[in-house]
Amino acid sequence: MAITTMIGAKIHRREDPRLVSGHGRYVDDMTRPGMLHMNVVRSPYAHAKIRSIDLAAAKAAPGVQAVYTYADFKDHIAGGLPVSNSFVAEKKQVPNQFPIAHDEVVYQGEPVAVVLAEERYQAADAAQLVEVEYDQLPAVMNIEKAMEKGSPTAHIGAPDNIGWELTYAPENPDVMKEADVVVKERILQQRLFPIAMEGRGLVADYDNYDKRLTLWTSSQVPHFIRLFVGTACGLAESQVRVIAGPDVGGAFGSKLRPYPEEYLAVVSSKLSGHPVKWIEGRTENLVATTHGRGQIFDIEVGAKKDGTLVALNVTQYIDLGAYQGVFGAFQAVACLLAGGAYRWKHVASRTVGVLTNKTSTDPYRGAGRPEATHLVERAVDLIADKIGMDPAEIRRKNFATEFPFTNNFGLVYDSGDYNGSLDKALKIAGYDQLRREQAEGRKHGRYLGIGLSTWIEICGLGPSAATAPAAGVALVESSQVRVLPTGSVTVYVGTHSHGQSHDTTFAQIAADTLGVPYESIELRHGDTAEGPAMGYGTYGSRSVAVGGMSIRKSCLKVVDKAKKLAAHILEASEEDIVFDQGRFHVKGSPDKVKAFGEIAFASYGAGLPEGMEQGLEAVSYFDPPNFTWPFGAHVAVVEVDPDTGGVDLRKYIAVDDCGNVINPMIVEGQIVGGIAQGIAQALYEEVVYDDDSGQLRTGTLTDYLVPTANEMPEMVLDNTLTPSPTNELGVKGIGEAGTIAASAAVINAVVDAVSPFGIKHVDMPASPDRLWKMIKEARN
Amino acid sequence: MKHKVATTVNGRRYEHEVEPRLLLVHHLRDNLGLTGTHIGCDTSQCGACTILVDGMAVKSCTMFAVQAEGRSLATIEGMARDGELHPIQQAFWDEHGLQCGYCTPGFIMAAAYLLATNPNPTEDEIRKGLEGNLCRCTGYVNIVKAVQTAARTMGGAKAPAEKKAAMATGGE
Repeated sequence: MAITTMIGAKIHRREDPRLVSGHGRYVDDMTRPGMLHMNVVRSPYAHAKIRSIDLAAAKAAPGVQAVYTYADFKDHIAGGLPVSNSFVAEKKQVPNQFPIAHDEVVYQGEPVAVVLAEERYQAADAAQLVEVEYDQLPAVMNIEKAMEKGSPTAHIGAPDNIGWELTYAPENPDVMKEADVVVKERILQQRLFPIAMEGRGLVADYDNYDKRLTLWTSSQVPHFIRLFVGTACGLAESQVRVIAGPDVGGAFGSKLRPYPEEYLAVVSSKLSGHPVKWIEGRTENLVATTHGRGQIFDIEVGAKKDGTLVALNVTQYIDLGAYQGVFGAFQAVACLLAGGAYRWKHVASRTVGVLTNKTSTDPYRGAGRPEATHLVERAVDLIADKIGMDPAEIRRKNFATEFPFTNNFGLVYDSGDYNGSLDKALKIAGYDQLRREQAEGRKHGRYLGIGLSTWIEICGLGPSAATAPAAGVALVESSQVRVLPTGSVTVYVGTHSHGQSHDTTFAQIAADTLGVPYESIELRHGDTAEGPAMGYGTYGSRSVAVGGMSIRKSCLKVVDKAKKLAAHILEASEEDIVFDQGRFHVKGSPDKVKAFGEIAFASYGAGLPEGMEQGLEAVSYFDPPNFTWPFGAHVAVVEVDPDTGGVDLRKYIAVDDCGNVINPMIVEGQIVGGIAQGIAQALYEEVVYDDDSGQLRTGTLTDYLVPTANEMPEMVLDNTLTPSPTNELGVKGIGEAGTIAASAAVINAVVDAVSPFGIKHVDMPASPDRLWKMIKEARN
Repeated sequence: MKHKVATTVNGRRYEHEVEPRLLLVHHLRDNLGLTGTHIGCDTSQCGACTILVDGMAVKSCTMFAVQAEGRSLATIEGMARDGELHPIQQAFWDEHGLQCGYCTPGFIMAAAYLLATNPNPTEDEIRKGLEGNLCRCTGYVNIVKAVQTAARTMGGAKAPAEKKAAMATGGE
C-alpha cells in the first residue's frame, strides 16, 4: 500500500467550524428537563475539625430542593478516590479520600456539603447559608518542616507526613570520586495551576426507573470515570454512560482523574431524582482542581575537567497535598529521566512524597518530565560554568549517540539525533553571533543571556508490561472502524480530544490506511456508549503513538477482510489482489477492479465466500512494544535589566523531533502552546499559600499571572525527523514537548544573563522582584 | 423583584423579566440560549465572555443584564452570515488560531472590536488589543496571525470605515 496522500498534509481542522461560530458543545451549554444546580460548600480552612453543620437556613432558602452532607453520602459511595501505583508501587501512607469531608477538613476547598436548587444563583445563595462550625488545627504547609520529627500532621492521628519514600538507585560515592568537579544545587519547581480555560463541570442524570446513569463531564478519560465513579456508586459499568464533553475546553492533565464532585453529583441525582449540574467557578477551580509540580530537587553533579559527565545524585521532594493525587506518583518519573539526553556513569535518585494541607498535586502538562529536563539542563550548565566550557560544547560531548540507548534506569530511548537538533537550533539562533553580542553588551552594562535546553521525553504510554503494574491497568489503546454499506466510515477511538485535533489527524490516518476520501470518515470519541468496550484516554502525549496505531490496526483488519471478499468477487486468489488507494485489482489486470465502496456494499449482501460473515468492521487494541522518545533543542534569548530585575524574552527558537508528522500545522500548534506554558512557569506563574494561616494567597486570576499575548516572545520553529522504530507510523508524540523543554531554556538564559554578577542559579518564576533582590545582594 | 429587559441581540429583539443581579453573560446563555459566549473566570480576567455592546467590546460578566436595556448586542452566533463565516472566524480557522476552542468566541469578538477601531493594526497593537483575553492552548502566536489575516481580508485601511464597523458588529 504505497499511498501517503493525507498523512503529513496540512489539513485544516474539521473541529473548527463549530468552535469558531459559537456552536461548540461544552458541558455548561447543556440543560436537562428538571435539572437542579449543585453548589459545593467548601472548607475555608486548610486544616480543621468540623464541630457542627447547621443546614436549616439553607434548606429553607428559595428554590432549594436538598442539602446533603457526609451523612447522606456515606452509604452510597464505596471507598474513596483511587490512587494509582504509577512509579511508586509501595507507598508509606495513602489517606483515604472520601469525596466529602466527615469530621475533619484537610485542605482549603475540601467539600463539606452540597446544595441542590432549581436555579444556579439560588444554589449559590443557599450555600452561603450552610453554617459550619470549625475548630482550626495547625496546618502543614511547608514540605521541609513537614518532614521534621515532631511536625504537626496533615491528618489527625497520622504517624507523620511521609506519603512515600523510594530510592530508585542509591548514590555511589566511588563513582562520584572520579569527578574532578562537583556542584550541588537546590532547584525549586513551584506549584502551578493548570488553568484549562474551561473549568471542570458535569451533568449527572440518574434514571431511577431504568437504573441507568448518564454523566456528561469535562474529562480526558471518560472510560476511567465510568469505571471508578460508576462502580463506587454501586452501578455496573454497563449501567453507566459517560460522555466527556462532548467538547472539553482544555485539560493539561487536570481532567485525567475522577474528582469528588463527580461522585457527589451522581449520588445527588440518585437521591433527589433529578438531573444535577455542577459547573466549577474559576476561584473554585483554583482550590478544587489539582495543581501541578510543587517539588524541590537537591542535586549533586560531578564531571571531569574536560566536561565528561560522571555522576548525578538527585533527591525529589514532592508536595503531595492532603491526599495523594490519583496519578500523583507519576511525577516521580523525573527521577528515572534525571539523566536526560546524556551518558552518565551513574545516576542516583530518590523520591519523597510529603503530605501537606493543600490541594492535591497531580500530572500537569509534562508531569515529571519538565522537572527532569529542568534539573538536568541546569546541572549541565552548572558544570559548564564551573569548568568554563560552552554550554553547547558540554552537551555535544555527552549526548547519547547510539540508539536504541539504554539509560541508567534501564529505559530504552528508541531513536534520536541530539546533535542534529542542537546544530540546527544553534544555526537558526545565530549562536556565535549572539555570544559576540553578549560579550559586547556586557561592556556597556547590558545583560544578554542565551539558554539551551536539549530535552528528551518519554511518551506514548505505554507498553502493557510497564504500565499495568504501574497504573493498575494496561495503558494500551482501542479503536473501532465501522464501514457502512455505502462505504463511508465511522472511526471510534478510546482516546479523547480536548484541543489536540484528533478529529482531523485521526481521520487522516484512517483515510490513508483505507484509501477512502478523508471527508467520508466520521471520527467519534468521548462517549463510552460507543465504540470499543474500553478506552484509555488522552494524556502523556500518547494519542497518536498508541491510539493512532490502534486505528491503523483496525483499518488494516478491515482491508484484510475486504481483500478476501474482492478476491472472491473478482474470481482471483487473495494473493493476487492488489490494494492501492482504495481500490482492489487483480495483479497484472488493472481493469479487473473493485472500489472500496463496492466491496463494502457487497460485504452486507449475499454470496459471500464460504464461512465469511456479513459486515465490514473491526476492533483493535494496540499494545506498543516500547515508549516513544521525542527530543529537541530549544534556545531562549533574554535580556535582564539589572536595575529592575525585568526579563525581556527576546526570542525563542525550538527545533523538535517527534518522528513522522501526521499534520505539521497541528504539531506546530502543540509545540507553541506547550512552550507558552513552559515560559509561564519560568517567568510568571506561582501558586502561593500562606504558611501560617494555610490560606491560598493566589486565590483568583487577579493574583496569578497567566500570560497574555503581550508576554509571549517571537518564536521560530523548525524540526528534524527521526522516525520512531516503536510503531509502524513512525510517530512519537508532541503534546507536552514545548512545556517539557521551555522552562530550562528560559532559566538557563536568565542565569547566563546574570552570571557576571556571580549568580549561579535562579529559581522560578524568575520574576522581577526575585531577580532584583538577587542582583542587589550579589552587587553588595 | 424582577425587571423587564429588552435587548436586540444579533439583530433579533428579546424581552425578558430578570433579577437585577443577573449577569449579562448568564442572561445570554441561560435565557437567550446563546451558549457560544463562554465563562472562563469570575474576576473579569479571561475575556471568554467578550461580546459587543453597541459596537464596543465588553466582558459580559462585568455587566448586569438590566444594564443592557435598550442596547444592541452582538455575540459570536451573529458573526457568520448566510452560512458564510465572518472573515475573522475564517482567519482563526485558516491560521489554526484555536485548539480547545473555549476562549475562541471571546477572542473573535475582541478582534472584531479591535479591527473596527484599528483596521490595520501592527503586531504590537494586536497583542495589546487582545490583552484582556486569555488562551491556554495556542501561546497566542496563531491568534495574532489570524487577526493579521483577518485585517488583510477585511480590506485593512482601504475599506470604507462604515463597512468595516458593520462587519465587526455583524450589523447590516
